[in-house]
Amino acid sequence: MTTTSPTSPGSASHGPESDGPASHGSASRGPASPGALERPEIRRTSLWHQSVTIFRRNLIHIKRMPEMLLDVTIQPVMFVLLFAYVFGGAIAVSAPSGYREWLLGGIMGQTIAFSSFIVALGLTADIDKGIVDRFRSLPINPAAILVGRSMSSLTHSFIGIIVMSLTGLVVGWRIRGSFLDAVAAYGLLLLWGFAMIWVGILVGSAMRSVEAVNGVMFTTMFPLTFLSNAFAPTESMGTVLRAITEWNPLSSLVQAVRELWGNTPPAPADAHLPLQHPVLFTVLWTVVITAVLAPLALKVFRNRTMQ
Amino acid sequence: MHEEYAIEADGLVKQFGETTAVDGVTFAVPRGSVLGLLGPNGAGKTTTVRMMTTLTKPTRGTARVAGYDVVADPAAVRRSMGLTGQSATVDELLTGKENLWLIGSLYGLDRSTIRRIGDELLERFSLTDAAGRVVKTYSGGMRRRLDLAVSLVATPPVLFLDEPTTGLDPRSRVELWDVLRDLVRDGTTLLLTTQYLEEADQLADDIVVIDRGRVIAQGTPLQLKDASGKASLVVTVSRAEDLPAAVERVRSAGLDVHVEEPARRITAPAEGLSDITRIAAIFADSGIDLDDLGLQRPSLDDVFLHLTGHRAEDTSASRSGATEAEEVSA
Repeated sequence: MTTTSPTSPGSASHGPESDGPASHGSASRGPASPGALERPEIRRTSLWHQSVTIFRRNLIHIKRMPEMLLDVTIQPVMFVLLFAYVFGGAIAVSAPSGYREWLLGGIMGQTIAFSSFIVALGLTADIDKGIVDRFRSLPINPAAILVGRSMSSLTHSFIGIIVMSLTGLVVGWRIRGSFLDAVAAYGLLLLWGFAMIWVGILVGSAMRSVEAVNGVMFTTMFPLTFLSNAFAPTESMGTVLRAITEWNPLSSLVQAVRELWGNTPPAPADAHLPLQHPVLFTVLWTVVITAVLAPLALKVFRNRTMQ
Repeated sequence: MHEEYAIEADGLVKQFGETTAVDGVTFAVPRGSVLGLLGPNGAGKTTTVRMMTTLTKPTRGTARVAGYDVVADPAAVRRSMGLTGQSATVDELLTGKENLWLIGSLYGLDRSTIRRIGDELLERFSLTDAAGRVVKTYSGGMRRRLDLAVSLVATPPVLFLDEPTTGLDPRSRVELWDVLRDLVRDGTTLLLTTQYLEEADQLADDIVVIDRGRVIAQGTPLQLKDASGKASLVVTVSRAEDLPAAVERVRSAGLDVHVEEPARRITAPAEGLSDITRIAAIFADSGIDLDDLGLQRPSLDDVFLHLTGHRAEDTSASRSGATEAEEVSA
């Protein structure tokens, strides 16, 4: 059977086992249902088609409420300006053109880490409002709800990454590496966003309200992003703090994009292992996060929605 | 195979941990008819609908929709039914048209079909003028109608409606009832849950009353009313001063009387129409003018009280009463 199998119009329903006898069924219904319904042709759709439909619906949301984008536009731009001009003078870094250039990779890392926040907010709102139930009552693969949500959240985050890049260019950030390295850095950011989706699905499925998501994500994501090399170099930190921040998965990503963009020299010889091989560790971390959280997140989502 | 029943539930049980939300519910809905699932808040109505619409799996028991088993063949069930959930689950940030596109596209309808059916539905539910507006600007009644339109975009032969008129003003409620009657006339099988007895009485061919997860009664509205006790004979006299004499006459016919003086009304349990004729004859040459003489069947509200010992809307009423009391004392 092909993926698109049209139903004969007028048959009340169709399924693999009913394609044969269905026509007899509708004929023999006779007096039981006088105004027999004429049904439109229902085609089986692919997971891709379903996901793209939900993705497009989510994009309409962004179009109708552009203020949803504040979290990846105004907010990080404010961070850039605050850190670059208020704290910047007090933080010494070894970047070709100083702290502002060095900072950009950190803010990008923070922005993409927060895509988990965006996934969680959207998912919780949809579950809470009964939209997920409505989708699940349709003949679609329930995974399309998550795939569509992930696609739109990554788009959302990447709008932020583009805004950050443009802001960076204004305040003095430059890509000093090769073109391929630069593209690789953006690729790593995207990969990181993919891992963050699972965090978002997990939190979004576990929390009962948008307010709860806000509370949980602010109290966990902010410390996690600040306990890294995103805003301040780790070399000058105390031994314990330095170990924590350098093993923070986000630090690998930030170090990797900085190196690929040529915004920082390689980590000093006394830095912990992840910063010595930042690209490798970024990939490893995303694999580990995905492997650990994806099954858990899907289980929690299923339990939440199957109640 | 297509049987005569569009919806069947057989011994459905749903447990959440220790609590049993639905405890052995069995019923069958013939094609093209309307079943009212009646019960107070927390009776297990929504959980029953969620099992029948594949949103949650039964702990025990089976259910079939349009002949397909909800556990064995959920995909076929989803293609055969539409669901309108308890809160209007339309997308607030989309326009009416976009909501129809979204669900139509997920059903697997092509663009031109969605547009054709969508326009028909918008017209039918008086939403054509609002089609291009964002749903956030819709009234409660408009949202409900759009919700229903969206559920119908693939013209499902079976439709589940979970408390379709909760939160609607009386006018919108009556409008929605008309729409539902039209659907049934076109051959759709409906299962609707409600806590409004009037709604079940108005729409349903058969009623299943559930309380605390169990079916406590089932039958046509008339059967339920008959089962719940006798009808009453009601005599209303025109002049208050005639009331004692009238009471005397009804009593002399061998009936137990109950008098409501302010309403000038006498109520007595009656067997049927023969009692009416008898009483009418007694008053015919009495010189007592009557405003009204008739037989009053018990309302579904009485039925519910009789079956469960509490009124249908009791739970929510006493709950809100309790919070008020708490607020006052706090």
